[in-house]
Amino acid sequence: MTVQVQNEDFDLGAEILKLRHGNSKIGAIASFIGLVRDLNDNARVSEMTLEHYPGMTEKALAEILEEAKQRWSIIDALVIHRVGSLKPADQIVLVAVSSAHRGAAFAACEFIMDCLKTRAPFWKKEQTEAGARWVDAHESDETAAQRWV
Amino acid sequence: MITLLYFARLRESFGMSSEQAHPPAHVVDVQSLTEWLRQRGGAWQEELAQNKPVRVAVNQDMAGPDRAVCDGDEIAFFPPVTGG
Repeated sequence: MTVQVQNEDFDLGAEILKLRHGNSKIGAIASFIGLVRDLNDNARVSEMTLEHYPGMTEKALAEILEEAKQRWSIIDALVIHRVGSLKPADQIVLVAVSSAHRGAAFAACEFIMDCLKTRAPFWKKEQTEAGARWVDAHESDETAAQRWV
Repeated sequence: MITLLYFARLRESFGMSSEQAHPPAHVVDVQSLTEWLRQRGGAWQEELAQNKPVRVAVNQDMAGPDRAVCDGDEIAFFPPVTGG
């Protein structure tokens, strides 16, 4: 189980290879990548800055991975979340889960992302033509997380 | 003494990311701490108003209004999270 909060970009192929590390018990890997869009709430986004709470963010992500491991029969899981200044089309977050069978990997990957959206302390600030603004939390993210309760 | 941390919009509104505070004896939990900070007026009154969706963490765990606040605690105030 790996949690990384970093400024640097990540490489999906390299991370999946590390997650597999030659373990032939792994029969499935599911992954999710979140990207910066150039349009949000009808405004052109030219830049996005991500802030986090050093210490608590890593702790919250580790707890989410641990919960996923308790709920599904998964072998390993990884979360990489970037912070700092990002541009449209940049990668923001990677979640990858390995398991023996696909069902657990798919479900755990979605669970981890839904929990991250509502529980991990990150905040997005967008630079638009009208100036900078903090992104508001979406009710739909709360609803998505609630279905796992 | 307690350590207060502010993130995102709250950090900008308060003009600081952290401070050391010495709350009076009647501040015993998250709710009374929030009320005490609100009494500073201005941005504090506005951002910590009851209709604002402010989240609080005590020692890096999400905390409700009844969560006890003790000497030496690290208490963070921030808006609902928007990562991912």
